[in-house]
Parts: sequence; C-alpha cells; structure tokens
Amino acid sequence: MRLDVILRVAAKLFIPFIIMFGLYVQLHGDFGPGGGFQAGVIIAAAIILYAIIFGMNAALRAVPKWSVELMVPLGVLIYAGVGVWSMIMGGEYLNYNVLLHAGEKIGTYDAIHGQHWGVFLVEIGVLVTVTGTMLTIFYSFAGRGRPDD
Amino acid sequence: MVLLTLLALITLGIIQTRNLFAVVVLSGAYSFLMASVMIVLDAVDVAMTEASVGAGISTVLVLGALYLTKMYEAPPRFSPAIPLIVSVGTGAMLIYGTYDLPPFGVAAQPVNTHVGAEYIANNMAETDIPNVVTAVLASYRGFDTLGEVTVIFTAGIGVMLLLKRWSTS
Repeated sequence: MRLDVILRVAAKLFIPFIIMFGLYVQLHGDFGPGGGFQAGVIIAAAIILYAIIFGMNAALRAVPKWSVELMVPLGVLIYAGVGVWSMIMGGEYLNYNVLLHAGEKIGTYDAIHGQHWGVFLVEIGVLVTVTGTMLTIFYSFAGRGRPDD
Repeated sequence: MVLLTLLALITLGIIQTRNLFAVVVLSGAYSFLMASVMIVLDAVDVAMTEASVGAGISTVLVLGALYLTKMYEAPPRFSPAIPLIVSVGTGAMLIYGTYDLPPFGVAAQPVNTHVGAEYIANNMAETDIPNVVTAVLASYRGFDTLGEVTVIFTAGIGVMLLLKRWSTS
C-alpha cells in the first residue's frame, strides 16, 4: 500500500487537473473537439488513477460503488428524458427546437435556444452513463482480486 | 507514412512477444499512434476518443484482467496454419476492396455530397453549434447517439450482472 511518495504526490497534483480537463472537454464540446463520451472517459480515468495509486478502498470511499451503479442508468434516463420533454412540448422525440418554447420553427432565435439546451442536457446524459459504466467495469475487475493490497 | 510504419512495427512486436504485460503496453502505444493518424486525417474528435478509450481505459481494464491471470501467454496448442490463412485471406479481400473506394479527399464522392454538405451549410443557422461534429452527434442524429448510450448502458449492466458478487450477508 505504501507506494512511492513521488507517485502519490504527482497523482494528487494531477487528478484535479484531469477532472477539470474532463469538464472542459464536456462543456466546450460545442466549440472544440470533445463531448460527453470523451469527457466521461477522462473523468473515469482520473478516478481510476486515484484507485491505482491510493488503493481500491480509498477510491471506494471517494466514489462509492452504489453511486457509479446509479450513474449507469441515470445518464440514459437524462437523455431519454430530454426526448420525452420535447414530446411534452409538442414536438417529435428529441426535437430540441421546441424544448423551451413550444411550436418553434427551425432557425428562429428560440429554436436555437432550445437546441443549445437540448445538446447540453443530452451531453450531460452521455457523460453520466459513460463515467458510470467505465467505473463500474473497473470496480468489478479490480474488486475481484486482492481488494486491499 | 512514418506513423503507419510504426503501427506495422508495433503489430509485429505484439505478435512476437509472449509477455502479456508487454502486449498490453504495446497495444496502448498502438492506440496512441492510431490517435495520431486520426489527427493527421483531421478527425480530432475521433482522435480524442481513441486516445482516451483505446489507450487509456482499455489498457487499464486489460491490466486489471491481467492481474487476475498469468503473465505469460500459453504456447499455442494448434498449428497456426488455419488462423494464418484466414487472416491473410481476409486482409487480401479488404485490400482488394479498397480499389473500389473513391480517391482520398475527393469532393465529388458520396460522403461529401449528400447530407454531410447540408449539415455543414445549415448547421450554424439551425443549431448555432460551431463544432459540426457535436451538432450532428447530439442534435441531427440525436436518436443514434441515444442508441450508443444505450449500448454503453447495456455493457455496464452486463458486466455488473456477470462480475458483481451479490453478497447476502
């Protein structure tokens, strides 16, 4: 468990920046490369790095198993919920034009507002599911061997 | 060209070595090279996915699996002749198939003339999202991306069902 101090200090330095970069990739996906998939994997990678350096138990204290298992269906629910919301607003499934202002036609100011929100929420859904799934798979694999060496 | 040569070298290295740890590390290097190839082809989004999923997560997962098994590959029990014939045959057919592809980057090929051009032309007016890849993924093809998320969800549930230890205590 007592690993190299350099590794531990370097990981402690890096992990906040990795998570920050993940959020940047997520929220800046409209303008630059990236989006929910990439950001989800980057954030999961930060937590996996934490688990590798500080041990599974520390990682499970920081990000408990039930929370990542909750995240797996939650993201799909957010995504599909956006679709249902646009149906409630009177459009087709996942038609973001009407998301905030019912009955908007393509290209109007209000429709673009809806598009921005739709894409934003949907990407959040992708992020949540991808992070949850990656961590679930990692926890299932890593938790099988010696859990706390 | 340099990148593709390195890719070929790494593949040969993966075939040669029997140490599975080295194979995992070489696969990670392969993924990073592949990401560089994607950047050369101007597909930055794909490069990012390849670097994070291919080189990052799958390396960690395979290492995690390796931790539970032995470090060295068992010597093959069957003659490698049949797998060799199958893979060489498939490769030959794929290379034969590339002769029918349009030349790289030609503007008149189908990829660049149908909906793709339409998305690029109307994207800013309709969604106001500068990154057209994000606009296509999340808005124009939102339903397809929902399917992708469902695939990941299914993978997570599947792994959970197979590997989770359901404790009754």
